[in-house]
Amino acid sequence: MNRATIDLWVGIFVAIGLFSLLFLALKVGNLSSSSGGETYRLEAEFDNIGGLKVRAPVKSAGVVVGRVSDIHFDPESYRAVVAMKLDTRYKFPRDTSLTINTSGLLGEQYIGFEVGGDPEMLKDGSKIKKTQSAVVLEKLISQFMFNKAADGDSGDGKK
Amino acid sequence: MVSVGRRILQALGRRVTDRLWRLGFGSRFLLATLLHSGTALQRFQLTIREIYFTGVLSLIIILVSGLFVGMVLGLQGYDTLQRYGSSEALGVLVALSLVRELGPVVSALLFASRAGSAITAEIGLMKATEQLSAMEMMAVNPIARVVAPRFWAGVISMPLLAALFSAMGIFGGYLVGVQLIGVDEGSFWSQMQASVDFREDIINGVIKSFVFGVIVSWIAVFEGYDSDPTAEGVSGATTRTVVNSSLAILFADFILTAFMFRG
Repeated sequence: MNRATIDLWVGIFVAIGLFSLLFLALKVGNLSSSSGGETYRLEAEFDNIGGLKVRAPVKSAGVVVGRVSDIHFDPESYRAVVAMKLDTRYKFPRDTSLTINTSGLLGEQYIGFEVGGDPEMLKDGSKIKKTQSAVVLEKLISQFMFNKAADGDSGDGKK
Repeated sequence: MVSVGRRILQALGRRVTDRLWRLGFGSRFLLATLLHSGTALQRFQLTIREIYFTGVLSLIIILVSGLFVGMVLGLQGYDTLQRYGSSEALGVLVALSLVRELGPVVSALLFASRAGSAITAEIGLMKATEQLSAMEMMAVNPIARVVAPRFWAGVISMPLLAALFSAMGIFGGYLVGVQLIGVDEGSFWSQMQASVDFREDIINGVIKSFVFGVIVSWIAVFEGYDSDPTAEGVSGATTRTVVNSSLAILFADFILTAFMFRG
């Protein structure tokens, strides 16, 4: 095996190795679509964040516009403070309200932006107070059960 | 009775000190290899030649095993996922298990038995036939000339082989999942892209395979250099390379995983 052949084979090996890394990065991972660009930071307070996790998507009209960067508990207001990093291409009015939604019945939770009509836009570091908590399934079921029970009582009373 | 107990304790003590001594010797050997790798990196042709023997010649086994591991993951994953009505998550399952765990670990195990054993046998035979002593007589440092190029070749090849294994495995999962079973192609790729993170998953996988590359190459060159210069010594050293590096890979994998994916 002479030197030129060995060089050629090693060259091929390194090239396809790097190509497969590129394949993993672009086709398998989300390098092409994620946080490459400039971001700005927003904070929001929630009564209950349910199962929201760091790196969960932030969506407006179903399009991912940012990601949750940090979640912590505020010991003074007893609420959850969620920090988000949003793409600088997207600006939102100051009276935008936030909800925590679930994609599908068992899917991951994400933050949805309900866009308002204020002419002033949210800036880096703004804090959003208009939020709606995550829907906790157990609470929903127990509420439903209580209502059913109450309906049953009144129904009997009318007879 | 006392003498039997004493002998048992002595045997235990000898085993422990032997192991510790070998570990210390191995670490000093690694240090010497790193210090003498100037030649291997300056005359890079030496290292390229070794990359051919360790990396290029391992390509076939890595590619074929990657493909089959991916195809099996596709079949098994589909069988489990479709019970919960989420067969679209097949892409996520295949990609995450390959990129995070199976890619680095299985390719490192294959690399240890395909290339590590060959390195050990080669260096061991060089020692048994006194080629290493001959080099020293000619004022050529065998660590710089023989050991360091093989070490660096292993360190360079390993991450590339692991990436190839993962890519091939994902392709195999795609073949079985999308082409054979008929999972929707769009959601296969898009769910995969949504949940595989570049830094968290792919880069951590590359770091893992780099660490495994250092471990396997280190054990392989050390066992070869340290082998008894006899036929039995070389065969024993080759066996020890495969056994020790496999154990070390799995142990290091646990430690690395505990640090990387705890959150």
